[in-house]
Amino acid sequence: MKAILTVVGQDKPGIIAGVSTMLAGHNVNIEDISQTIMQGNFTMIMAVDLAGADIPLADLVGECGSLGKALGVEIHLQHEEIFKTMHSI
Amino acid sequence: MINSRDILETVDMVKKEHFDVRTITMGLSLLPCIRATAKETATAVYDRIAKRAENLVRVGEDIATEYGVPIVNKRISVTPASLITSPFPGEELLIAKALDNAGKAVGVNFLGGYSALVHKGMTSYERSFIESIPEVLAETDILCSSVNVGSTRSGINMDAVALLGRMIKQTAELTKDKDGFGCAKFVAFCNAVEDNPFMAGAFHGIGEGECVINVGVSGPGVVHHALESAGDADISEVAEIVKKTAFKITRVGQLVAKEASKRLGAEFGIVDLSLAPTPAVGDSVGRILEEMGLETVGTHGTTAALALLNDAVKKGGVMASSRVGGLSGAFIPVSEDEGMIAGVRAGSLTLEKLEAMTAVCSVGIDMVAVPGDTPAETISAMIADEAAIGMVNNKTTAVRVIPVPGKGVGETVEFGGLLGSAPIMAVNPASSAKFISRGGAIPAPIHGNKN
Repeated sequence: MKAILTVVGQDKPGIIAGVSTMLAGHNVNIEDISQTIMQGNFTMIMAVDLAGADIPLADLVGECGSLGKALGVEIHLQHEEIFKTMHSI
Repeated sequence: MINSRDILETVDMVKKEHFDVRTITMGLSLLPCIRATAKETATAVYDRIAKRAENLVRVGEDIATEYGVPIVNKRISVTPASLITSPFPGEELLIAKALDNAGKAVGVNFLGGYSALVHKGMTSYERSFIESIPEVLAETDILCSSVNVGSTRSGINMDAVALLGRMIKQTAELTKDKDGFGCAKFVAFCNAVEDNPFMAGAFHGIGEGECVINVGVSGPGVVHHALESAGDADISEVAEIVKKTAFKITRVGQLVAKEASKRLGAEFGIVDLSLAPTPAVGDSVGRILEEMGLETVGTHGTTAALALLNDAVKKGGVMASSRVGGLSGAFIPVSEDEGMIAGVRAGSLTLEKLEAMTAVCSVGIDMVAVPGDTPAETISAMIADEAAIGMVNNKTTAVRVIPVPGKGVGETVEFGGLLGSAPIMAVNPASSAKFISRGGAIPAPIHGNKN
């Protein structure tokens, strides 16, 4: 299963490192990554594959939330289908 | 990879614009539950709901977590209960309590379908059923009730309309310790639909399958935000923006409905394309109308703006879902909409204007608090007016009105949660008693006879 991870917040060292370390720890593969500054906010989008993940998506969503708090940014992880459904016919 | 802008738009819709799926409602047939006695029937009703809906809440929460979209309510609608209680007049409460307890046991926040369809005529068991509603609403917590009193095909049953006015007053009286809260759980309908996922009017029609999933989407905040960004666009452009936004919102509803029905082993029913507000700031239908250029909702132009909104929501939503149904339109409940409450408080939005608005949207005089001393006949006459609008315009209309015991115009009643708070609105003091006491039926309009 594929999911999209978004990080929005104040830029600072260690955000990408923190997120990728957490994902690697659960054997989640990062397939694509892009980052930009939008309206002064650091914005990162990752496409990840959970096929080999050692925990279910719902649990990983929880971990992203906690990591976001620790890093002082907002991290959301969502099933990719919601984006495909909403933005393509 | 999906376009970054699209991804962030979706994330913002949820985080900043109150986008959510308002309800996943499981429609469940209870016809197989009728037994020889009321007691056995009540047990069968409880067991069937407890078994069939046991995973409903968990599945709803799982989907919400995985897709990152809140699913606010998980609910159940059942076969109109008057059919289930028909062999046991006088023992309705037993079955009502079984419904209420079963809903609580599976963790849903409302269960709808304590309902009767009497638009053409009223049987003795239906009269007994309707007379049981005040006690049932006072003695249960999450059970919702509705009665259909008219249709475009059959006209309006004025005997039932008269009965409902008295019934609503009695419900208010029996729940006066909670400001007549029982009335917030009751809807009088004309042209009631069989697959409505929204409360308090949801029931599982007899034309429906055994167990279906109906989903109600929401998103006034998203539409409002889209219009805000549009600046001074002309009205045609406003309609386009609403349409595009409704498409996106509905696509999510469709996804959730498909996924929920698969996981629950139920049939996918419909997606209801309604813009349902909440009392939260930024989630108001009233404020959308104001964003279109009205100083305060209720002023001249409100009906036109609402007609545009309602139509554009449907046009955008229809293509986004494989099956559309339910009420599908903008809701204008007063107590549940922060902008509407403000409109009433400002003296701009009156009951008369609300009635006009219901001619072009879904659903009717909804969550309106009126003085506790409003005569039963006046409430009946309000129901008759709304039913007439529905009957003649071939649309669903409804009345959910709360005559708040001991309170008058200018006071406010707090219901809490999604039901919000309502400023008590003035009703016309002139009597409608003679008209209501005549009884009989208003014949169906000529265009109801289409064959």
